[in-house]
Amino acid sequence: MFRLLTVCIRQLHSSSIKFTDSCYDGLYPGHIHTTPMQKALLAVGSGVAALQNPYRHDMVAVLGETTGHIALINLRDRMRSDPEGYAVLTERPRIRLSTLDLNKMASLPDGSFGREYVRFLEDNRVTPDSRADVKFVDNEELAYVMQRYREVHDLLHTLLGMPTNMMGEVAVKWFEAAQTGLPMCALGAVLGPLRLNASRLQSLFTSLGPWALQNGRRSRCILSIFYERRWEQDLDDLRQELNIEPPPVTLGATNRSST
Amino acid sequence: MAASMRLLFRRVIRLSHRNINVTAAGVSRGSGCCWGPSTCRCFSDAAGDSSTHFGFETVPETEKAKRVYKVFENVAQKYDVMNDAMSLGIHRVWKDMLLHVMHPQPGVQLLDVAGGTGDIAFRFLEYVRSQQERQKRRASRSMQTPSWQDISNNYSTEDVVESQESRAVVCDINKEMLKVGKQKADSLGVSAGLSWVVGDAEELPFDDDQFDIYTIAFGIRNVTHIDQALQEALRVLKPGGRFMCLEFSKVTNPVLARLYDAYSFQMIPVLGEVIAGDWKSYQYLVESIRKFPDQEEFKGMIEDAGFYCVQYYNLTGGVVALHSGFKL
Repeated sequence: MFRLLTVCIRQLHSSSIKFTDSCYDGLYPGHIHTTPMQKALLAVGSGVAALQNPYRHDMVAVLGETTGHIALINLRDRMRSDPEGYAVLTERPRIRLSTLDLNKMASLPDGSFGREYVRFLEDNRVTPDSRADVKFVDNEELAYVMQRYREVHDLLHTLLGMPTNMMGEVAVKWFEAAQTGLPMCALGAVLGPLRLNASRLQSLFTSLGPWALQNGRRSRCILSIFYERRWEQDLDDLRQELNIEPPPVTLGATNRSST
Repeated sequence: MAASMRLLFRRVIRLSHRNINVTAAGVSRGSGCCWGPSTCRCFSDAAGDSSTHFGFETVPETEKAKRVYKVFENVAQKYDVMNDAMSLGIHRVWKDMLLHVMHPQPGVQLLDVAGGTGDIAFRFLEYVRSQQERQKRRASRSMQTPSWQDISNNYSTEDVVESQESRAVVCDINKEMLKVGKQKADSLGVSAGLSWVVGDAEELPFDDDQFDIYTIAFGIRNVTHIDQALQEALRVLKPGGRFMCLEFSKVTNPVLARLYDAYSFQMIPVLGEVIAGDWKSYQYLVESIRKFPDQEEFKGMIEDAGFYCVQYYNLTGGVVALHSGFKL
C-alpha cells in the first residue's frame, strides 16, 4: 500500500517535470499579464494591423480581447442566468478536433445538426482547430467565454446557413455584433461591407443584413447552448428553439474569391 | 588538439568552482513589468545543480540555450523589421558606429559571432570595399604618369586582390537566423568573401589564432556562459587581434532611464505581438537586457578573460555600449 503510494507520488513528480513547458505564469495557459497602457497600445496596433491585412486573424483576435471587456461580462452574465449556459460555464467544453468525433457526426442523418456541421466543414474546407488562444483577458472565466465565442463561430455559420466567403462572413458578423455587442464584431460589421461589390451590397442591405440583425437581437444567447449534446438534434428544430429564422437567401459555399 | 584540451581543463575547473547564482524573478525598476511573483517555477530535478536567468525567469542552465534557440527561431523572419520598429532605425547607427570604430583595412579577416542576419558582415564588406577603392584612387592620383608596366599590373591584380583579401565569417548557433542572412546576401548580391557557419559562441568551430577581428553584436547577453564565450574569442583571435562587442547596457541618466524602461516594457512586447505575433520573445528581450552586467562590470569580465586595453563607448546615453579589447 505504502509502496503504491510512493510510486504514485514519484510518477506525479516526474510528470510535473515533463510539463515544464506548460507551466505558465498567469491565470490560465497562454495568459499574458498586461497593463492598461499595454492593452490600449495593443488595441490600436492590432486594429491597424488587422485593417492593413485582414488575413491576420491573430490581430483580429487581439483586438477582440483588448476591447471586449464589458461585452464579455454581459455575455457571461447572460450565460449564468440561463440553465444550459450555466452548465457550459461550469463544465467548460471545448470544440476541437481532439474533442469531436467527426466520423460519428458524419454518420448522423441528413438534416441533423452534427451532419450539417460536418458538411459545412467539408464544403468550406475549414477545421475547428484554427482558432487562436485567448491571451490578454485578465479573468479566467471571461477568457473561457471569449474562447467559447471563437469556437462557436463555425457552428453559427451552420446555424445561419452562411458559407465562409466574404458575404457569409459579413452576415455572420452582423448577427454576432447584434448578439454579443463585442466592439470587434461591430468594427468587422462596419468595415466588412467595404470589400463587397455593388450587387452583393444591395443584397446585404435589403435582405441579408436586416435578417441577421433582427435574428441577432431576438435569438437566445448562442453561447448558452451546449452544442456538444445536440449533434443528433434536427437543425431546423434547433433553429426554432433558438429563435433563428432560416436565411432569406441561400449562398453558395467554397466561393473563395474576395467578393 | 592542445586547444580543445585546454578548453576541457578550463571547463572542469569551472564546474567544480561553480557558484549557484540563482537570481529571483525580480520586478523591474519603475513601472511596467507585470510578471507576478514567481509562484509557478517548475523545478526540474534532472538538472538541479545550477540555474541561470532567462529574462526575469530562473531556469536550469541546460535549458537556457534551448529556450534562447526557440526565441530566435520564432523571430528570425521578422528580426530586421522588428529591429527597425523597436529602435526607430537607430540600430543602424549603432552598427555603423561599430564599423567606424573598427576602421578595418583591406585584407582583414572578420569573425562575426551571433551574426545571424548578417548586418555586421555586410557593413564590414562594404566598408572594406570602399576603403579599397579609396586606396586605389589615392594610388592612381599619385601616379600621374603611369608606365605601361604599372597599367598592366593594375588590370591583372584588380579582381585577384579582392578575393584574396578581406573575409567575413558569420557564425551563429541558430540555423533560422543564418537562413535569413543568406537570403539577404542573395538579394543584395553579396557573396564574395562571405561565409556562413553554424557554431556555438562557447565552443567555436575554428582553430586558434585565425581572425583579426571578432565581433559580437547584441548576441552575448543570450549566451549562457559569457566568460566561456570571451575565452573562445581570445582563442580564435590572432595576437594583436581586436575583440569588439555591441550590447545593450545601463543608462546612467535617471530621467532617460525611466523613459527607456517605460518604453521597453510597455511598447516593445506590444510591437512584438502586433508585428511578429510573438509577445513572449520580446518580453524575454527586454528582460534579458536588464539582466546583463553594466559597462564597468562587463569591462572587468573582458579583462579577466585576458584582453588588454579594454575600453567602452556609450552610445545613445548608455542604451548601448561598445566594448573593445585587444589580444596581445
